[in-house]
Amino acid sequence: MNQIHCRINGSPVAISSPGTRRLLDVLRDDLGLTSVKEGCGEGECGACSVLLDGKLVNSCILPVLAVSGGDILTLEGLRETERGRCIIDAFAETGAVQCGFCTPGMVMAAAALLFEHSDPTEQEIRIGLSGNLCRCTGYDMIVSGVALAAERGRGLW
Amino acid sequence: MVDAYYPGSLAEALELRTERGAIPFAGGTDLMVKYRRPAGVLPELPGPVVLLGHLDELARITEEGGILHIGAAVPLSVIESDRRLPYLLRSSASQMASPALRNVATLGGNIGNASPAGDGICALAALDARLRIAGSQGSRSISLEEFITGPGTTLLREDELITEITLRPSDCTRVFYRKVGTRKANALSKLSVCADAAVQDGVITDIRIALGAVAPKVLRMKDIEESLRGSTPEELSERIPDVLAAYEKHIRPIDDQRSTARYRKTAALRLAEEFLRNLSEEENRE
Repeated sequence: MNQIHCRINGSPVAISSPGTRRLLDVLRDDLGLTSVKEGCGEGECGACSVLLDGKLVNSCILPVLAVSGGDILTLEGLRETERGRCIIDAFAETGAVQCGFCTPGMVMAAAALLFEHSDPTEQEIRIGLSGNLCRCTGYDMIVSGVALAAERGRGLW
Repeated sequence: MVDAYYPGSLAEALELRTERGAIPFAGGTDLMVKYRRPAGVLPELPGPVVLLGHLDELARITEEGGILHIGAAVPLSVIESDRRLPYLLRSSASQMASPALRNVATLGGNIGNASPAGDGICALAALDARLRIAGSQGSRSISLEEFITGPGTTLLREDELITEITLRPSDCTRVFYRKVGTRKANALSKLSVCADAAVQDGVITDIRIALGAVAPKVLRMKDIEESLRGSTPEELSERIPDVLAAYEKHIRPIDDQRSTARYRKTAALRLAEEFLRNLSEEENRE
């Protein structure tokens, strides 16, 4: 067992767990943060995306010990912020959500992108979302959603 | 039982490696996939792991006397955006996997994993990279080419860790990078071609061609490169068919789920040809 201290959605958390346990399992099973989805389980689909110290990571292939001292943000934390609400509203308006399974990961990828590029080109948006699979929308509405969030959130990013 | 260690320093990591036989674990993006089990079940790693991704000593990029030192645990997202690094390397890092994986995956891991399809390895082979390896008895330097002995096998000893990748400056400015995969993001290479060259006063002064995923190791034929140095573009143009025939003999790809041997061979040769033709034609226009 390892003792891991980190921050999750702004609150300090102490986790007692085998160090190689996936961050995904800790977030979902121990902490009830079920916005974090398991799709492929091997870093291919992005449904499990969270931010670690502001950077996008796949929680399905990240051992929990690797987040020691880190700051983790999931959709449950992001949606409480103005930035999070901006992306969520933009996604809703552009029809970026169909079945919804990929949506939390897409929103996190969008947030990571906008933190880095406040005014992304379409190409930058597509690269920013390139590790996230959606089997419903065909992506165009999601790309529009991120563009709308960038435009509407000027000053926020 | 401890299944993972979080050392406070490189020295401690080496100690864990020596005394506990811990497996080096940088970003873990290969290991966590290779040894994954069903949801909620611990991955079945073959032994305890020692985490390295957080160690400052392995996370720096420095330049000393013109030589670039890249920490083995620098994430690919940092490699792709550091303008001190050769464009060939940045270009290949920027096309590996996806943004989330590039934030975690490292060059040291790519090398240690030693996959014939490792894109970082192909670019580093073209750049004549050397490795600094630390062990319980001190450190040593070895060329990347020598270090990787075959698919998944390296000369890393039980008490050692890759600490940095070193690159000498090069004059090459004719950079050519092509990765062929099923899709742009997250696809392992079917094959890749990393090449660059330097041309001065109408003469090719340096040329390197590395072909990835077409043989058990990255394929670089230094005798051919050597024979092309000193050629004019016109001379190069005439030699292209012979050069390609020589590569063809050494390209030994396999059939697997990603591609076929025939496709790999054909595409690798055509891309090498494109690089050589660009080089010969560009200079002819001058």
